[in-house]
Amino acid sequence: MSLKRSDVENIAHLARLSLREDEVAGYVETLGNILDMVGQLDRAATGGIEPMAHPLRGLSQRLRADVVTEADAHALYQQNAPRVQAGLYIVPKVIE
Amino acid sequence: MSAAPPHPRTLAGMAGGLAKREFSSVELTRHLLGRLEAAQPQLNAMISITGEGALAAAALADGAFASGKAGPLTGLPIVHKDIFCTAGVRTTCGSRMLDNFVSPYDATVVAKLKAAGTVMLGKSNMDEFAMGSSNETSFYGPVRNPWNPAMVPGGSSGGSAAVVASRLAPAATATDTGGSIRQPAALTGVTGLKPTYGRVSRYGMIAFASSLDQAGVIAATAEDCAMMLGAMAGFDPRDSTSVDAPVPDYVAALAAPAKGLRIGLVKEFFDTGLDAENERQLRAAFAVYEKLGVTLVDVSLPNIGLSVPTYYVVAPAECSSNLARFDGVRFGHRCDNPKDLLDLYKRSRGEGFGAEVKRRIMTGTYVLSAGYYDAYYLKAQRVRQLISADFAQAFEHVDVLAGPTSPTPAFALGAKTADPITMYLNDIYTIGANLAGVPALSVPCGFVNGLPVGLQLVGPHFSEAKLLAAAHAFQLETDWHARVPAAWL
Repeated sequence: MSLKRSDVENIAHLARLSLREDEVAGYVETLGNILDMVGQLDRAATGGIEPMAHPLRGLSQRLRADVVTEADAHALYQQNAPRVQAGLYIVPKVIE
Repeated sequence: MSAAPPHPRTLAGMAGGLAKREFSSVELTRHLLGRLEAAQPQLNAMISITGEGALAAAALADGAFASGKAGPLTGLPIVHKDIFCTAGVRTTCGSRMLDNFVSPYDATVVAKLKAAGTVMLGKSNMDEFAMGSSNETSFYGPVRNPWNPAMVPGGSSGGSAAVVASRLAPAATATDTGGSIRQPAALTGVTGLKPTYGRVSRYGMIAFASSLDQAGVIAATAEDCAMMLGAMAGFDPRDSTSVDAPVPDYVAALAAPAKGLRIGLVKEFFDTGLDAENERQLRAAFAVYEKLGVTLVDVSLPNIGLSVPTYYVVAPAECSSNLARFDGVRFGHRCDNPKDLLDLYKRSRGEGFGAEVKRRIMTGTYVLSAGYYDAYYLKAQRVRQLISADFAQAFEHVDVLAGPTSPTPAFALGAKTADPITMYLNDIYTIGANLAGVPALSVPCGFVNGLPVGLQLVGPHFSEAKLLAAAHAFQLETDWHARVPAAWL
């Protein structure tokens, strides 16, 4: 399947990834090849087959009781943040 | 310390040495830390070596021996793959994105092994976010194969495999999404077990593809893997995929004889693409099992040929979703001088992720995008159902499936980096077990041109004890697992 340069640029935008100019051509080729390869799935007869939802048949995601289990540790977690101020994560202004 | 250095011993052998006071945990730890440091320029197997913490933990372990409170894993030095969060210790996942990330908490696997008394020597190198089959996508540079430094060790758990193969540490944690424990174990001549989906907690294990990821172990022998798995496995309320099932005594279960087992040889695995010399070693391994009284049966997994395309829809789709959390806001890499929030997201992610991770995020974004979801993602999950059903049907007739782990022995660094699909095809024999959620392991079964070859055994859900016993029976008859590269003796 052939992708256009604009397709890759659009996918990168949707994925919130900046690509360098020199990266784009490579992804046009390799993403196209990957989509060709996964195109083999078309030859499988899957009529009436349910999509697999969990690797262990019959099991589904367990739910837990809606109760607080963790203590506040924001100061600890924010030690890894690129920018914080007064306990808040700082990003460029989003509202005029 | 006794005259003979302890590093050639297995994990079980070291446990015996500690119990008999042949050496202390501090002596053992110091010895292995020295080897790890010295090997780093040649193998690059580690991202962090945590000597200070290791010696403190070893001293505690020696205290436990002195007061008679030691357990079976007390004082044993191990390595954790750098995908597991370790409180107060840098956890990078092999990525520039997390180069400065110091985890605020321990992964459950790390906490359980710590509680069992093990000593963490450091964090092993890996493919970035576990995406790779050669350990060449790591931000910290490739790991080299201890059998031949021009060759890759396999991936993504290449560092964990390399430290065990070169006897820098007796055991290492690892993770497997499409073969990332078994393939590097095969390429470096060690034993690697991927347990059943949900058998081992993934809390604190950085997510790649959540319907496939599973934590496991790499060690020299099946016995050592059994010792480790017993401490790692079990229900964890903090992981919603964790299964609440009793943990058997895997070490005691090793005594089960192989006689009477029915082993299925997967026909499709021998049809195409398997290196002829590799196949000869496998056939010799099957003969060993026959001698032990195993019945060999030919079986077919008719849809297994579609496992690579299925995987390269499901795994990238889940990866694109999981890696959306890396946004440059709360932790991880942030670009300089973002002009607005969109620019912050895009450049932080563009700079923080390497080429292969970006490729997988974009593949996943594409297959999940409007208009393509049914054609790619739902189609792949339907084919996955067929593949899973093939395994279930095969296990109605046999106890264990056997085949190669990898199509070829280790390949040269750089040989497959230009074409992603060539690299992806390394995992043709391993991906099926992840799609079906079943346990599988790789044991060394010979050499081709001086490079190790692996035999893969696959079992039904929660059959780890049976797989380990079958591997142990093989290792009692052979010595492939005991071979160590001459440079690392």
